[in-house]
Amino acid sequence: MSLDSPARGCRETPVLKERGQREVFCGLTGIIWLHRKMQDAFFLVVGSRTCAHLLQSAAGVMIFAEPRFGTAILEEKDLAGLADANTELDREVARLLSRRPDIKQLFLVGSCPSEVIKLDLARAAERLTTLHAPHVRVYNYSGSGIETTFTQGEDACLAAMVPTLAATEARELMVVGALPDVVEDQCLSLLDQLGIGPVRMLPARRSADLPAVGANTVFALVQPFLGDTHVALTRRGATHLPAPFPFGEEGTTLWLWAVAQEFGISRAHFDTVTAAPRARAAKAVAAHADTLNGKSVFFFPDSQLEIPLARFLARECGMTPLEVGTPFLHASITGPDLDLLPEGPVISEGQDVERQLDRQHAARPDLTVCGLGLANPLEARGHTTKWAIELVFTPVHFYEQAGDLAALFSRPLRRKALLTAPIFCSEISRGPGQSPGGQP
Amino acid sequence: MKLTLWTYEGPPHVGAMRVATGMTGLHYVLHAPQGDTYADLLFTMIERRNHRPPVTYTTFQARDLGGDTANLFKDAAREAYARFKPQAMIVGASCTAELIQDDPGGLAEAIGLPCPVIPLDLPSYQRKENFGADETFHQICRALVKPMPRTEHITCNILGATALGFRHRDDVAEVTKLLGLMGISVNVAAPMGSSPADISRMGQAHFNVLLYPETGESAARWLERTCNQPYTRVVPLGVGATRDFLHEVAALTGLSPKVDESALRLPWWSASVDSTYLTGKRVFLFGDATHVIAAARIAATEIGFEVVGMGCYNREFARPMRAAAKAYGLEALITDDYLEVEDAIAAAAPELILGTQQERHIGKRLGIPCAVISSPVHVQDFPARYSPQMGFEGANVIFDTWIHPLVMGLEEHLLTMFREDFEFHSDAGPSHHGGKADLRDPSAPEALVDAADASGGSILAKMNADAQAPVTGAPVWQAAAERELKKIPFFVRGKAKRNTESYARDAGVAEISVETLYEAKAHYAR
Repeated sequence: MSLDSPARGCRETPVLKERGQREVFCGLTGIIWLHRKMQDAFFLVVGSRTCAHLLQSAAGVMIFAEPRFGTAILEEKDLAGLADANTELDREVARLLSRRPDIKQLFLVGSCPSEVIKLDLARAAERLTTLHAPHVRVYNYSGSGIETTFTQGEDACLAAMVPTLAATEARELMVVGALPDVVEDQCLSLLDQLGIGPVRMLPARRSADLPAVGANTVFALVQPFLGDTHVALTRRGATHLPAPFPFGEEGTTLWLWAVAQEFGISRAHFDTVTAAPRARAAKAVAAHADTLNGKSVFFFPDSQLEIPLARFLARECGMTPLEVGTPFLHASITGPDLDLLPEGPVISEGQDVERQLDRQHAARPDLTVCGLGLANPLEARGHTTKWAIELVFTPVHFYEQAGDLAALFSRPLRRKALLTAPIFCSEISRGPGQSPGGQP
Repeated sequence: MKLTLWTYEGPPHVGAMRVATGMTGLHYVLHAPQGDTYADLLFTMIERRNHRPPVTYTTFQARDLGGDTANLFKDAAREAYARFKPQAMIVGASCTAELIQDDPGGLAEAIGLPCPVIPLDLPSYQRKENFGADETFHQICRALVKPMPRTEHITCNILGATALGFRHRDDVAEVTKLLGLMGISVNVAAPMGSSPADISRMGQAHFNVLLYPETGESAARWLERTCNQPYTRVVPLGVGATRDFLHEVAALTGLSPKVDESALRLPWWSASVDSTYLTGKRVFLFGDATHVIAAARIAATEIGFEVVGMGCYNREFARPMRAAAKAYGLEALITDDYLEVEDAIAAAAPELILGTQQERHIGKRLGIPCAVISSPVHVQDFPARYSPQMGFEGANVIFDTWIHPLVMGLEEHLLTMFREDFEFHSDAGPSHHGGKADLRDPSAPEALVDAADASGGSILAKMNADAQAPVTGAPVWQAAAERELKKIPFFVRGKAKRNTESYARDAGVAEISVETLYEAKAHYAR
C-alpha cells in the first residue's frame, strides 16, 4: 500500500452540519468497556432508571454476577431537596465501598437528570475522596446525553483523571485511550522492539499503574474521540504527536513512525522491526480485498471512529466512502486521517436521522455502517449493514487486528452473497413445483 | 436514591414505546435527550423488528436547556406528523424532560395537529415499564373508544399484548384459535396488531379477554365501566387455567365451553412413566406476577413439582402474589433486586428455576437448570417457530420448555443405577447440555472427588458452598460422610444434604457420619 497522500484529501471538504434526532448512545455507554479496562474501578451513575436500563441493554450485562458499575437511581424524594440527595449519595457510596473492598477508584458519573437538577458531583467527589482516603480515590465526570455522545464518555472520564495525575519531569511516552489488553500488549511490544520507552498507558489497568505527566511527556492518542483529554494533557505541559490512527497496516505504520521519529529511531531500524507485522497485516487485509474492493460505504455517525475507518476502507480495502457521518469532527485530531482520505465523500457532523436515512436510501451504498437501532430496519429495506458498536467493542487496532477489522466489513457482504446466491437456489433446492425459496 | 446494578423493568416511557411499537398508524413524540434512542435497539435487535419503533425523540442538548426546548418539541411534533402522517399521536416526556416541565401535551395541543393527540403523564421517578405500557394503552382507549352497538355475532377484544412481550405474538394467535373453537371471533386485538382506527371500534365487542393484566388491566376496567364490556379474569396459562378460562367465557356468552382438546398433550406427557422422575422436583419461580402465579399452578398440579419458592418483581401485583404463595405454604418474594432473588434461590436450593432471563443467569452461576417463563426478554425469547404459552398448544410448549433443562427420565434412571462409576458421575454432567464430560481416573477416586469439588463447576457445588458458609452452628460433615454424599446423584444431592443437616440439627448431632446420612434418609423416606 502506498504511503503517498491522495491528490486532495478531505481536510478542506466543507462539513455538512446537521442537528435533529440523533440515533446515538449517550456517554454513559463508555462505562461498558472502561470498567473492564480499569480493574479496580467502580462506575456509579447518578441518574434514573433509564440510565440503568441503557447500560444493561447496551451491554447485555446479565452475564456479570455483580458488575463493577451501577446506577444510584434518583427517586421522587431526591428531587425534592438537594441536601438530601447528597446525604443519600454518601450513604450509597459508603455501603458500596464497604461491600466491595477491592475498589480503589470510584467514578461518580453524571447523567441527564443529575445535571438538570444541578447535583454537584464535582463537590461530592471531593467530599467523598476526603472521606474514603487513602484507600479510594473518587473522580467525577459527565456521561450525560445532554453533554456527551457514546465514546465522548471515555474522553470525559480520562480528562477527569488528568488533573490528578502525579507530576514528572521524565521524558516518557504516554499512550492515551482504552485498548483491549491483548492489543495494548501488542502496542507495548512494538514500541519496546523499536527501543521506545518508558511507555505509560492512560487509562491504566490498575490505579497503582497510573502515569505521571509533565513538560517532557509526549503523548499519542489511539482513539480519535479524546478531544478533552488532549486539551487536559496539553494543559499539564505534555506534547501531542499528531498521526493517523493505528487502524490497518498503513495507519499503524504511520502512527508508529510518528512516535519513532519523536524518539529518534532510524528508518532502517523501524523497517526491520515493522517489516514482518506489516506484511502479515497486508496479507490479512488482502484476504478481504476481493469482497470489499470497489464497493461503496456509508457511515452513520456513531463512535467518532468514522474518519479513520473510512480512510482505512478507502486506502487499504479499495472501498468508496459516499458519506462519512461522525458525531463530532475534531479536525485537529483527525486531520492526518482527513489528509489521507481521498476527496469525494460527504463529511457530515451531528445528525438529523430522518434526513440522513433519506440520503442513505438515495445513495444505495453497498455497505451501511450504523447503530443497532437502524441495522435491522435497513436490512429489511434491502441494504447490507455493519453494526457500528462492534467496531468499538472488538479489538481492531494495530497490525495483528488489521485483518479482523477488514473482516468486520466483509462479513455482512459475504453473508448477503451466500443467502442470495441464485445458483444454489436453482440447482439445490428447487424441486419440481417448488418456488425458489423452497416454499411448498 | 437506590443503588441498582440491574433492573427487571425499564422506565415507564419504554412501556409506552412497547405499546406504540406494537401498533400501526400511531406515532410517539418523546421529549428526550440524546441517548434515549438506545431503546430502539430493544425492538430492532431483541425482537428482530424490521421497522424502527414509531418514535421521534426531540434530542435536546445542554445548550438547549437555557433556551427554548418547548419550541424544539413543537418542531419535532410538526415534522413527525408531516413525515409519518399517523392516525393518532401520543406525546410525553422521558425522565429528563419530566424535570424541565415543558408539558408536551399542552405544546402539542397548541400547534393544532390534524390528528388526535394523546398526552401521557408517566412519572419516571415513581413508576416503571409495565405501568407505562398499561397507562399508555389506557389513555389511548380513553381518547379513541366510544360506546357503540354490539356486533351481531359474538365477538371480543383481546387486551394487553405489546411489542417486546414474552410470547405475546403467539399467545394472541393461540387464544384467537381457542375462542374460534367456541364460535367467537376477535373484534380487535390491542395494543399489538391494532391501529388507532381499530381501537376506535373496540366498543362493538361483547366482552374483553385480558391476557396480560400487567399491561392491559387499566384499559379493561375502563372499557368495563364505559362500554359495559365485562372482561375475563382467568389467564389461560396451563391446562387447568385454559379450561377455567373457557368456562368463564362460556358464562359471559352462553356458549358451550366444550372444545376439541385432541391437540392437548401435556396431561399424557405428564402421566406417562418417563415423567415419574419429575415427581416432587423442587422448583423456584420468579418473574412477573401473572406468569409466576399461573406457572405455580402448572408446576404443582399438572407436572407434579414441589414449589419451594415464588415471587415477582412487579410490586403492583404484590397482593395476588402473596395470596398465591400462601396457598403453597410460602412467603412470596417481592423484590426488584436480583441479588436478593439470587440469595433466595441459593437458600431454597431448587432443582429447577422457572424465571426470567436474569434467573437463567443466576441458574448458570449456581449450576441449577432454568427455563424462562416471563419478561424481561432476550433475543432467545423470540423463537422463529410458533411457540405460545397460552391455551392448549401453550401447555404443550410449556411442558417441553420446562422439561428440557432437566436430565431426561431414562437418563436419570441410568445415572442412579450406575452412580459414581467412572462415566456417570456428577462432573460428567447431563450429556445433552454440551458441557464436556470429564472422565475420572478410576485408580485415584478419592483425590479426584475433592479436586472436582474445588472446580466449582459441578452442579450444586457452588450452591452448597454458599449455603454452608453463613450458617453458624451447622453440623459438621465427617470426611467419610462427605464422600458418601458425593456418591448420591448430583440432582438429588442438594436435597439429601439439606435433609441430613436438618435431621442432624433436630437430633442434636454435631458431626454428620455416614450413619447419620442413612438415618436421615430413612427418616425422610416416603
